[in-house]
Amino acid sequence: MATDTLVTPARTAKAGPPAWRRLFGSWDAVLILALLVVVLVASATIEGVGSPRFYRFVALEAIPIALIALPMTLVIITGEIDLSVASTVGLTCSVLGQLWYLGVTSLPLLILLSLLLGAVLGAVNGVFITVFGLPSLAVTIGTLALYRGLAYVVLGDRAIADYPPTWTQNAVAPIPGTVIPWFVLVLAALAVVFGVLLYATPIGRSLYAIGNNAEASNFAGISVLRTKFWLFVATGAMAALAGVFWTFRFASARADNATGLELAVVAAVLLGGVSIFGGRGGLVGVIAAVALLGILRNALQLADVPANALTIVTGTLLILSVVGPNLVRMARERLRRRRPATTLERKPS
Amino acid sequence: MLPVLALEGVDKSFGAVAALRDARLELYAGEAHALVGENGAGKSTLVKILAGVHGPDTGSVLLDGQPVAFGSPADARAAGIAVIYQEPTLFPDLSVAENIFMGRQPLKGLRRIDAAAMRERTNELFARLGVRIDPDRPARGLSIADQQLVEIAKALSFDARVLVMDEPTAALSGVEVDRLFAVARSLRDNGAAILFISHRFDEVFSLCQRVTVMRDGRWIATDEIGNLTVDGVVRTMVGRDISALFPKMATEPGEVRLQVDGLTRHGYFDDVSFTVRGGEIVALAGLVGAGRSEVARAIFGVDRYDAGQVRVDGRPLRPGAPPAAIDAGLALVPEDRRQQGLVMELSIERNATLPRRWALSRLGLLFGGGERRSAAEWAKRLQVKAARNTDPVSTLSGGNQQKVVLAKWLSTAPRVLMIDEPTRGIDVGTKSEVHRLLSQLASEGVAVLMVSSELPEVLGMADRVLVMHEGRLVADIPRDQADEESVMFAATGQRGAAA
Repeated sequence: MATDTLVTPARTAKAGPPAWRRLFGSWDAVLILALLVVVLVASATIEGVGSPRFYRFVALEAIPIALIALPMTLVIITGEIDLSVASTVGLTCSVLGQLWYLGVTSLPLLILLSLLLGAVLGAVNGVFITVFGLPSLAVTIGTLALYRGLAYVVLGDRAIADYPPTWTQNAVAPIPGTVIPWFVLVLAALAVVFGVLLYATPIGRSLYAIGNNAEASNFAGISVLRTKFWLFVATGAMAALAGVFWTFRFASARADNATGLELAVVAAVLLGGVSIFGGRGGLVGVIAAVALLGILRNALQLADVPANALTIVTGTLLILSVVGPNLVRMARERLRRRRPATTLERKPS
Repeated sequence: MLPVLALEGVDKSFGAVAALRDARLELYAGEAHALVGENGAGKSTLVKILAGVHGPDTGSVLLDGQPVAFGSPADARAAGIAVIYQEPTLFPDLSVAENIFMGRQPLKGLRRIDAAAMRERTNELFARLGVRIDPDRPARGLSIADQQLVEIAKALSFDARVLVMDEPTAALSGVEVDRLFAVARSLRDNGAAILFISHRFDEVFSLCQRVTVMRDGRWIATDEIGNLTVDGVVRTMVGRDISALFPKMATEPGEVRLQVDGLTRHGYFDDVSFTVRGGEIVALAGLVGAGRSEVARAIFGVDRYDAGQVRVDGRPLRPGAPPAAIDAGLALVPEDRRQQGLVMELSIERNATLPRRWALSRLGLLFGGGERRSAAEWAKRLQVKAARNTDPVSTLSGGNQQKVVLAKWLSTAPRVLMIDEPTRGIDVGTKSEVHRLLSQLASEGVAVLMVSSELPEVLGMADRVLVMHEGRLVADIPRDQADEESVMFAATGQRGAAA
């Protein structure tokens, strides 16, 4: 390459490459491509995949995972993690069922109380992490066990299942004229809210700053601990919303509802390109990853792949998700280095 | 006569930053040779090449006229080159004798360490140096001066022929300096070559026979001390007059902007009180570890404090809350640019607008390119050299990174700017730009509190010099009375509280 293409200071501060170039070669693009390939191959080879019923089922299964993955993405971007979410779902289900059993019959009140409970459970995590300065991994492994235990205290072995049929039917009702569950619209609206929060607000800017360097964020006037506290509250509330949906979708509140769901959520977030070390990733990839994992799992089930093999596939994808974005980034770095414009002012690494 | 150790045409680059370009040096046996230059002139890189920490990109290191390649510090030590750093790195929990013989302990049967022999040989070394340190005491708790003597004893123990001393006197008292120099002179008279790096010219002129001046990584001149004057050496070092380098414009101090009363943080600083007026540049000077940065951090709210009060424009500032400090018009450019000043992985744009993220938003949203315009404007004003403002700041040189930090804080239009080591590790050109900028800000009525370890910077820029020693404010020296001596005296605790 000719050296006369070196950018002079007068020409600096140009916008980056066009959007399509940035998307091309990004992990998001890899995921969307993988999603298309899986859909096309599975539809052509596995009977039942690609039918409206199939997608309806995938959507119903993905809704609770996606609801929790939205705030979890933000939490992991700040370099923290919340493993107590599935237990929060379980405890919310149990309390919701017990309240109904004890005679609370107002649906709005039940939903409100559930969301409040979720927020409080998230706040408990938040207090341990931000006030006492404990690592979120340890704290939320603890509350994972604690909240599940409390769910058993509330319901024991009972299942509360006698909700009005309109509630349970409405929870899974399709958008008129389609087979898509209307709750997908709720999810879509929340995804937009979280997306705007992450990409286009001062709070979103602080989340990336915190995840990359909490000390420098503090020096820049970001309330690191307060921000993290409210993220855990939001995660608890969203897990509670997933609990409400779970209860009415299955018409059953049990203490063991959603056991193990936290792994599905974390797997989707990591596969979505969010760095487990914080500071990198976004919601587009995470939503694509939730869809990819849901379609893959259901397609393989239809193909009579045994459950053990399904676990292996999910595990392999999780490993790939940690390695993949790094490989993509290394490839892009190499491309960048070959372009003269960015070789200016490179400092020792 | 051949030089014991010589460098010829040595180049060394880190990435695109050239640290040394055609560096030269000749050290003869029996001479004390001074290496002077501003911070960033390449002295440290040169020392690291002599010490075997770095290898030269081109050029050669000659030992007794023969080219050598040091693969590691151990190679350099085996060749008889010992380096004494400003802050020695002893093992604090090992004894003095164990530190001296680390890795080379005298052995007796069954490869056991012969502690008695080690102690005896340590005593012999100390006797040669004419100092008294107990070989059995742990290194922890030794004064910096004594730690340096232990390092020198270590150098003697493997018959070092070249002793490199990198700013050894920066943290020493007058008596300690005299003792160190007595040791250095006797080593020199016994045929050792000493390379002495210092910013203190009285020491250079009292100890050394020859002086080598470096600037911007290049060899500039080497001459006998008898042909030189202090003024001449300084002019050669900076390549221009010192007054032109630090252009502080005279301003009429305005209202008190920052008022600090009895600020105390146990274990760090004690009962610190001072004021800074609008239009004033006040320097906070002192030795490393005197508590200067800690005071600035506490004022800004990054650290809590135990007692005292901070007022900005007469209003008390909530302690421990940087957002409140920013709202009150305070800005802090921290000491550690890479860890505290910037989020290295994020773009210039994001870094430059981080403290103003709420101010730039409309209805809490950041649509419409407000950040991009703000960053572009400030990058242009401060002449940040970057390919694109969306590139991560980690791709910039140190000087340009510092400009991004400055852009970040100047864009908040601060009423009080605290700046910790404003020109550390940046090139000479950018340095004078930063100084001009600070001067301009002061003339616009900003109160500037500058923490700096570089005396020329302190003396050139400050309207008043506050000096800290061991956590206390010990002197408040007006511009016309501040000189190297008065500041260093106060900083080393030589004089009682003059404040």
